Amino acid sequence: MGQITLQGVQKSFGPVHIIKGADLEIADGSFVVFVGPSGCGKTTLLRLIAGLEDVSGGKILIDGKNVVDTPPAKRGLSMVFQSYALYPHMSVRGNIGFGLKMAGLSKDETNRKVEAAAATLNLTPYLDRKPRELSGGQRQRVAIGRAIVREPKAFLFDEPLSNLDAALRVQMRIEVTRLQKQLGTTAIYVTHDQVEAMTMADKIVVLNGGKIEQYGSPLDLYEKPANLFVAGFIGSPKMNFVTGENALQRGAATIGVRPEHLKIERDGAGGWQGTIAVAEHLGSDTFLYVDAGPVGMLTARYIGELSLHAGDHVSLLPDPARIHRFDQSGNALRH
Amino acid sequence: MATRQTQLLARSLLTPAVGLLFIWMIVPLALTLYFSTLHYSLLDPGSESFVGLENFRYFLTDPAFLASLQNTLVLVGSVLALTILLGIPLALLMDQPVIGRNFVRLMVIAPFFVMPTVSALVWKNLLMHPVSGLFAWLAQLVGLTPVDWFNDVPLFAVILIVTWQWLPFATLILLTALQSLDEEQKEAAEMDGASAVSTFIYITLPHLARPITVVILIETIFLLTVFAEIYVTTGGGPGLSTTNIAFLIYSQALIQFDVGSASAGGLVAVVIANIVAFFLVRIVGRNLEA
Repeated sequence: MGQITLQGVQKSFGPVHIIKGADLEIADGSFVVFVGPSGCGKTTLLRLIAGLEDVSGGKILIDGKNVVDTPPAKRGLSMVFQSYALYPHMSVRGNIGFGLKMAGLSKDETNRKVEAAAATLNLTPYLDRKPRELSGGQRQRVAIGRAIVREPKAFLFDEPLSNLDAALRVQMRIEVTRLQKQLGTTAIYVTHDQVEAMTMADKIVVLNGGKIEQYGSPLDLYEKPANLFVAGFIGSPKMNFVTGENALQRGAATIGVRPEHLKIERDGAGGWQGTIAVAEHLGSDTFLYVDAGPVGMLTARYIGELSLHAGDHVSLLPDPARIHRFDQSGNALRH
Repeated sequence: MATRQTQLLARSLLTPAVGLLFIWMIVPLALTLYFSTLHYSLLDPGSESFVGLENFRYFLTDPAFLASLQNTLVLVGSVLALTILLGIPLALLMDQPVIGRNFVRLMVIAPFFVMPTVSALVWKNLLMHPVSGLFAWLAQLVGLTPVDWFNDVPLFAVILIVTWQWLPFATLILLTALQSLDEEQKEAAEMDGASAVSTFIYITLPHLARPITVVILIETIFLLTVFAEIYVTTGGGPGLSTTNIAFLIYSQALIQFDVGSASAGGLVAVVIANIVAFFLVRIVGRNLEA
């Protein structure tokens, strides 16, 4: 079991409020990602749940029990750190088994569990190596091994993939997701990378300035962003925002259209007229950065190759069903 | 890539410095070697004559030699053990976030900046003096007989003084090492359920292995040559009880005015230092390998 509930959790360091009251329900077995720009409090929130920081106010319930006064080790959680934090003088076996040894398990029991965890993570050939003799991806797996071997109620991941190169990151992303599904253990994962968030999460928590902006499934956030911040943060390239006349016509202060929901027409007459400033041809996609005069810069995405180049004149037609409307204070207006 | 020309340039630019250092080293060494084969007494000038290895035989068979060798080893070993055993808890304390930490650090480091002669005088006259010393006063306060440090436990007294001087060095090296310990590692151990003691044994102490090695090696170099503290406090006595090799050589040269024997002793000291260094590197040097 690993159901985690936050009730009005607050954290301040001196006069600085980092977390301004967070309420959250994390269901058992779900994969929840905390995402947000740097300094939004996502790592702090994770450390509060882990017990590495003390809350300034509110409650943290794990399986219905308030744990704010429980030391980290007694909360039944395990954590994977950004720097991996492996013990450099211990072998892989020692690293993975350290928690079990501290829990007072017998040598045989520890070895059996360590070997099982190592087999899950394809680390068996490396069990007697030291961390410095491993590659980045292998170290990452040792850190994960150390987390899973204790059979915790939940895993906490603190930007675990940020030190890996791009190709390895994609591979580890898939491995972590598969492992979590296979074990069925609740996971909380902190990242600033919205692609990681969208691909890995069952549910995403978008944080900004110490506040939870929105909590929902990845597609919920993509299709129904609650406010301008979430709309701008989720999705790549970023959503286009248009203010003024165009927005007022639709009864909103700001309207937003995702690049993929703009229909691109050569020399068309309707929609927003503009000149291409930059065209990026990726083969699978074409991104156009269009200077649309009074409307501003717009980004349009075409799936596949489109032979348009800088300087070409285009018109962009927003899909009327996929226009997001926001009021003066940035909150979404529902139809 | 270094071309032949730049190599040549580098070598010719290095030559003066290397040459000077070489002369600096080789002249005293050669003179010492030369003197060690002479009958050379300052009390009897002009009578220098070649005596072969007679000086070495004299120095090595002198009963004072074995006594001072033992004193040297006891002094070095005790001071090493004390500075490390006290340095680790001190460094751990100074690593804690307490008010006035910077001031405390400054105070702890201070003894290292006191000249050996000065600290020896302070210990001798203000602290350990059997009549007017602070320790004597404290002992009398609780009704004990004051200890006459330099007569009753002379070597221990010298060890205390030298330890006091070298403790800051050990503490400082260990403190910087503690500060370089990855905070996330400690947190990982905390998540793994390690108590403070377990974290110390399994995480902190292995991390300190290398700085401890550094402390042992560097302190050994200086502790083998402790002189001022002995000269100022006990003058090697009573008897030979605080005479170490360095002091013995001094007494040969400038108390007995026997330059030949002192030179032989100096060369013996070089050999002893090398033997100690050899074993040290064998025992603790492994920690220095990356």
